[in-house]
Amino acid sequence: MQEAMIKRAKELLADGTVNRVMGWKKGEFAYDITPAVFDTAEELEQDFVCDDLTQANVSKYLIKESRKEGRILAFLKPCDTYSFNQLIKEHRIIRENVYVIGIPGGPKIDVEKIKAKGITGILSVKNEDYTLKIETIYGTETMPFYEAISGKCESCKSKKHVVYDELMGEEGDVLDSNRFDMVEKLENMTAQERYDFWRGELSKCIRCNACRNVCPACTCESCVFDNPASGISQKAAADSFEENMFHIIRAFHVAGRCTDCGECSRVCPQNIPLHLLNRKFIKDINSLYGEYQAGADTTSRAPLTDYKADDCEPSVVHERGAE
Amino acid sequence: MLKIAASRLNELFDAIAEKQTLYIPVDREPNTAEYKKYESGMTMSSALNTVRSAKDFFFPQTENLAEFKVEGKSIEVKDIRQENEDFVVFGVRACDARSFSILDKVFLSEPVDSFYKNRRDHGTIVTMACTKPAETCFCTVFGIDPTVPEGDVSVFSDGENYFFLDRTEKGTEFVKSVENFLEEGDAAKLAQVQEQARSVIKKLPLAGLSTDSFGGDKLNEHFNSEKWAELSEACIGCGTCTFVCPTCQCYDIRDFDTGHGIKRFRCWDSCMYSDFTKMAHGNPRTSQLERFRQRFMHKLVYFPANNDGEFGCVGCGRCLAKCPISMNIVKVMKALEVK
Amino acid sequence: MNNDTLIPLIGVVTDIRQDTPDVKTFRVNALEGGKVFEHMPGQCAMLSIPGVGEGMFSITSSPTNKEFMEFSIKKCGCLTSWLHAMDVGQQITIRGPYGNYFPVETELKGKDLLFVAGGIGLAPLRSVINYVRDNRANYGDVQIVYGSRSKDDLVDYKEIIDEWSADPNIQVNLTIDNPQEGWDGHVGFVPNYVKELNPSTNKTVLVCGPPIMIKFTLAGLKELGFTETQVYTTMELRMKCGVGKCGRCNIGHKYVCKDGPVFRFDQLDELPDEY
Repeated sequence: MQEAMIKRAKELLADGTVNRVMGWKKGEFAYDITPAVFDTAEELEQDFVCDDLTQANVSKYLIKESRKEGRILAFLKPCDTYSFNQLIKEHRIIRENVYVIGIPGGPKIDVEKIKAKGITGILSVKNEDYTLKIETIYGTETMPFYEAISGKCESCKSKKHVVYDELMGEEGDVLDSNRFDMVEKLENMTAQERYDFWRGELSKCIRCNACRNVCPACTCESCVFDNPASGISQKAAADSFEENMFHIIRAFHVAGRCTDCGECSRVCPQNIPLHLLNRKFIKDINSLYGEYQAGADTTSRAPLTDYKADDCEPSVVHERGAE
Repeated sequence: MLKIAASRLNELFDAIAEKQTLYIPVDREPNTAEYKKYESGMTMSSALNTVRSAKDFFFPQTENLAEFKVEGKSIEVKDIRQENEDFVVFGVRACDARSFSILDKVFLSEPVDSFYKNRRDHGTIVTMACTKPAETCFCTVFGIDPTVPEGDVSVFSDGENYFFLDRTEKGTEFVKSVENFLEEGDAAKLAQVQEQARSVIKKLPLAGLSTDSFGGDKLNEHFNSEKWAELSEACIGCGTCTFVCPTCQCYDIRDFDTGHGIKRFRCWDSCMYSDFTKMAHGNPRTSQLERFRQRFMHKLVYFPANNDGEFGCVGCGRCLAKCPISMNIVKVMKALEVK
Repeated sequence: MNNDTLIPLIGVVTDIRQDTPDVKTFRVNALEGGKVFEHMPGQCAMLSIPGVGEGMFSITSSPTNKEFMEFSIKKCGCLTSWLHAMDVGQQITIRGPYGNYFPVETELKGKDLLFVAGGIGLAPLRSVINYVRDNRANYGDVQIVYGSRSKDDLVDYKEIIDEWSADPNIQVNLTIDNPQEGWDGHVGFVPNYVKELNPSTNKTVLVCGPPIMIKFTLAGLKELGFTETQVYTTMELRMKCGVGKCGRCNIGHKYVCKDGPVFRFDQLDELPDEY
């Protein structure tokens, strides 16, 4: 696929359809892949990569890139197209300045899962018939492919591209995903158990803001948490309440707009399962307002920014048995 | 050399913890380690390093500096400093051990930061030699020998035993305090283990990285490089690199109104953040390029300019592993290298 | 434990003067009277109102003033707005002095001096001017060129007229940006005025004001034949610690709070252009 992508990108550069390509650049090892903009065929040939370890969602970069001169080619995985669409809906990306090629999605490999097996000195990772062959400085290691699948791909919601100008590879379907399983498990906990779970997770937070800054739904020009005039700006939480507040307010702010792309949890240096907060909102929105998938289209009205006479009342909180 | 059998390590921990607070790296998840206050029965992590660095012990993410009582027009300052209790950090790697001497250059230079010094004075650092470095390791580039780490006491493992080498007065005192648990041991196997580690270290993928192109005298040449645009293009402006970095030491000072008094605290800050240099009437670094450049210029040029050529990086590799977009100091050094 | 510079002292505001519509000058004393600490001209202090914020301000009074310190502060952000709302008797926290100072006892001694200030930029220079006046025999000619947007925006106007202008040993040249009723002095921007005045190139220049004014003044001085080694300025960047540790006020490897705020232009010239 990578070779076909480079070839197609070169064609589109050559015929003037686009003047830049948004993709990913190789790193020092197999896994340290960086989102990058390519201007020439030579750069593409030299550094472009899109393999099993290429996870980053590049949609958010297109906010800025679509405001530059000319048109940019973007390769989007199915999950990325939801983020892209949502940003179109929010008038953040200028659609006509992006040429979207839908590419097949995962499952992608998360190197953290390989490292969690105690495998170190990783130089290259190859998928050979669903067994990973990992070359390391200490020799060759193997592990089952499925044990290295990234968290965001484990609960993939869709193999379908919701927006594209052309497609490479076969189109897939929206999946019957297991993504709410863990949310349900949390819902079934007692309030105390749930509180303990989240305190345990959120107390690991180092407030690096990676989750917020990578999030395609977090596109405010200036975040309330960075704005001294907001009264709640903070660089470090002064107490555990503030620790919770940052993540919960963020989850509220992206509710109804979060497409569940999973980038927040992927980038968290402390492995906090932040996506679960967002999924709780998605699950609740689904059950209270009817099925809704942010980013699935660019025209529908989102439940939380729409009014219908039969919308649930605030009392629903108590009806659902708040402890 | 004095040693203890690996199977008896916890006995040693129990004995240390009886006298002072002991911190050891423990696994939170497989191969994800963090320093924890030792409690009997805890197992020391076998992970190469902790996700957060050991700088937290001397320069914590937040700490209170003073308290104020404000009544009408009058203000009372409360000095809340207290003499720290003695503590031991066990299992610090060579990279983090070196980071302390880099932090010392900042915090112990005049005027001495008493908050930092207090912790430094009361902390005993027991380091652990590396036997299985990762692909992200490049401490040797900065003159660090991971098989012989600095610290008050260096500990070496041959797989079955831990050997102790005291290096400072504090270290000698520490070894003396636990000598009942130690016995003279044959270090022949240890020598083999070290030799093997050294041969791996020589072949590490980043071992050939060179610092020749950097230093205090390369100021404008690197500052004005055209490479920064491409290097910083994907940076999302988060603080992950800064916060996992053992040598990043920039901080913010803020006030917190508790409702019954004001606490003035300092917390880690990141030059990658958009408001880092923002003033009421302007900002000298308005783009991510400028903020990104600052972080690497600080480590590779500004810090050596002010500190006899010492770089502000210890090659621990945390930023390589944790940056959300996998941009890091190694890529920067390679791009800016003057061949 | 020794004192820590980050733990502030208390000062009390004993006088407040409205200098311009947006600049007030605050007199600060120690609780027991006298000064909170000594300083040299050009040095700064961290002032704060706990719960509101802390900021670096240049000490505008001269060290030769043995009774009190003064700070001329322009209202432009959260902390400064709070300071402007204070009444006499308000206590504030204060720590310092921070930074280097104008080399009044070394390089500037015996020299003919030209002060060039714009707007609130007079604040740090006022300290030097009064220091020079109080040690007049140590210096040669003194000329002050000061400009502001309007007559009302000239900080310390009363002192300028009553004391500096009245001093036969000092030449004072004032200017305002635009013509104004009741103003019969010079009208025009500071950099142009300096060029018109055509000062002798044997003078040592101390310049402070908005960055754009400094830039054009320096360019004008160079046209007149001045060299960068003759011109000093004082810088301002965001600061938190004041002692070169918090890491935010650097220009290249120099920290403005510690290595500055006073720089000679040839020193600045060697540093990256990021201020």
